[in-house]
Amino acid sequence: MDSKNGNLVELRDVHKIYYRDKNEVPVLQGIDLTIREGEFVALMGPSGSGKSTLLNLIGGIDTPTKGEVRVAGESLGRLNPSKLAAWRARHIGFIFQLYNLIPVLTAYQNVELPLLLTRLSTAERKKRVLFALDLVGLEGRAKHFPRQLSGGEEQRVAIARAIVADPTLLVADEPTGDLDARNAADILLLLQRLNQELHKTILMVTHDPHAAEKAQKTLHLDKGVLQP
Amino acid sequence: MKYLRLVVANLMRSKRRTFLTVFSIAVALFLFCTLRTVITSFEASLRASEATRLVVRHGASLVFPLPLSYKERLAQVPGVTGITYGNWFGGVYQDPKNQFAQFAMDVPTMFDLFPETVVSADQRRAFEAERNSCLIGRGLAKKFGWKIGDTVPIIGTIYPGDWRFTVRGIYEGKTKDVDENTLFFHWDYLNESLPEGRKNYVGIYWLRIASPSMAAAVSDRVDAMFQNSSQPTKTETEKAFQAGFISMIGNVQLLLTIIGSAIVFAIMLVTVNTMMMAARERTTEIAVLKTLGFSNGLILRLVGGEALLVSLLGGILGCGLAALIFHEVDFTGGGFFPNFRVLPETILAGLLLAMAMGILSGLAPALTASRLKIANALRKVA
Repeated sequence: MDSKNGNLVELRDVHKIYYRDKNEVPVLQGIDLTIREGEFVALMGPSGSGKSTLLNLIGGIDTPTKGEVRVAGESLGRLNPSKLAAWRARHIGFIFQLYNLIPVLTAYQNVELPLLLTRLSTAERKKRVLFALDLVGLEGRAKHFPRQLSGGEEQRVAIARAIVADPTLLVADEPTGDLDARNAADILLLLQRLNQELHKTILMVTHDPHAAEKAQKTLHLDKGVLQP
Repeated sequence: MKYLRLVVANLMRSKRRTFLTVFSIAVALFLFCTLRTVITSFEASLRASEATRLVVRHGASLVFPLPLSYKERLAQVPGVTGITYGNWFGGVYQDPKNQFAQFAMDVPTMFDLFPETVVSADQRRAFEAERNSCLIGRGLAKKFGWKIGDTVPIIGTIYPGDWRFTVRGIYEGKTKDVDENTLFFHWDYLNESLPEGRKNYVGIYWLRIASPSMAAAVSDRVDAMFQNSSQPTKTETEKAFQAGFISMIGNVQLLLTIIGSAIVFAIMLVTVNTMMMAARERTTEIAVLKTLGFSNGLILRLVGGEALLVSLLGGILGCGLAALIFHEVDFTGGGFFPNFRVLPETILAGLLLAMAMGILSGLAPALTASRLKIANALRKVA
């Protein structure tokens, strides 16, 4: 499994079991999945089907109970927490349903966060942050705090934060789940642009069939099993 | 430095909480510096004590005087090379809160026994020549704005009456440990003003001995000489006398250390609680930062850094205020605390203590934050 063959994400027989008290709760059961570079994939399924868990495993913020998760040429199970953090910084851009911006930082400072982990100079960081904000159409809102932005604008700042370090893979967990129809459409359009113009590989979890239509491929997950 | 902005932004999240935490640490460190300065002030008075000087007082208590007639006999004790005497006056200048030490001294002999009291030859001559004159320390002159020629009215408490002294000299200490907040005047002037029954009595005799090694032998000889008299003596080195004087109010050093430690410990617990609360409120944000690639170690440093910064700010504020206030108010505690100054080493100790408080109070929240499981933290919110 390697990104050299064009496969960016490869999962083999992945299981995830949670434990509540002493009871086993299987969430993912034998997932095999491949996502190729440049694809825009939507992951659908009912609540509790394991969509977010699968996304977390691919994004390197959770570990499988069994099986192998390989992303961008790296088998994530072999990385210690420190190396996994560095790997995430380099390869993954996260977009959350509730935006998860840091409220005490401005839009500019929020977008700059991933770049603080790099060795880029202040000037270089500024250039990239302004580029990312321009890309999401918020160049004029750089100095605004999250509370001064609308929900749609907050999500666009979150997308700018996700792409500013030029990650290999964007993972989006219900990115339009908290937005009205107009803002949702804008965000989906933006994700499409990132995929088509900047060739970003995107994995998006969604409940919304209209959102899934924007992706090139849709996967269905039910009771922890990918449907054919 | 690029992370400092993040640390500061987090502290500014709840300005009131941050201010109150900084303020409580500042109060603790202010008290620490104050209590520590009480100890260093005592120590300074001990350091200023001459090893070749003995103090002779009444064997029963310092409050009982000794006859002036002892002077000749004391001067003849083998090993004694000089003698002077004086009485604690205990007067008040204008207001009872204006307390400072006043001594009626045998002026012709005092400079010989106290060479650390430095005064110009002209001023010394003027002081010696005028019976109702006084010699004041530089600290007193600065505090009350007294100049040569000024008249200083003192209300006597041990020796009742309105006393007036003319300032004829201002002395300086030879070293920084020498008290510069004392007023000296003529013992003869005091003595001649007293009723017959109180005349010709001395509070303390100071003896100069040839060598510190003779202290025990000379002390024993002196005390043996008056052992069977109606006014026995107690002779000891000046250092032992000062230490005994201080111990009259108990084991001050231990007491102050316990009080200071208790205050610092209590404030540290409050700070730990505050920092834990602050970090707990930001569980999701910490999880987001970790998602972005912030390592456990970096999170530990960021959260710990907040506690450290808060404690250091409190330390700088508390120690700085203590240094400033005690420099400006010229506090002497009625002569009990000569040279009551916050020493640089006390400030350094205060800042180190603040740092230690910061590290200890930040440790628990920083460790909790660094060990946070991202998926669990995000799941709780979703």
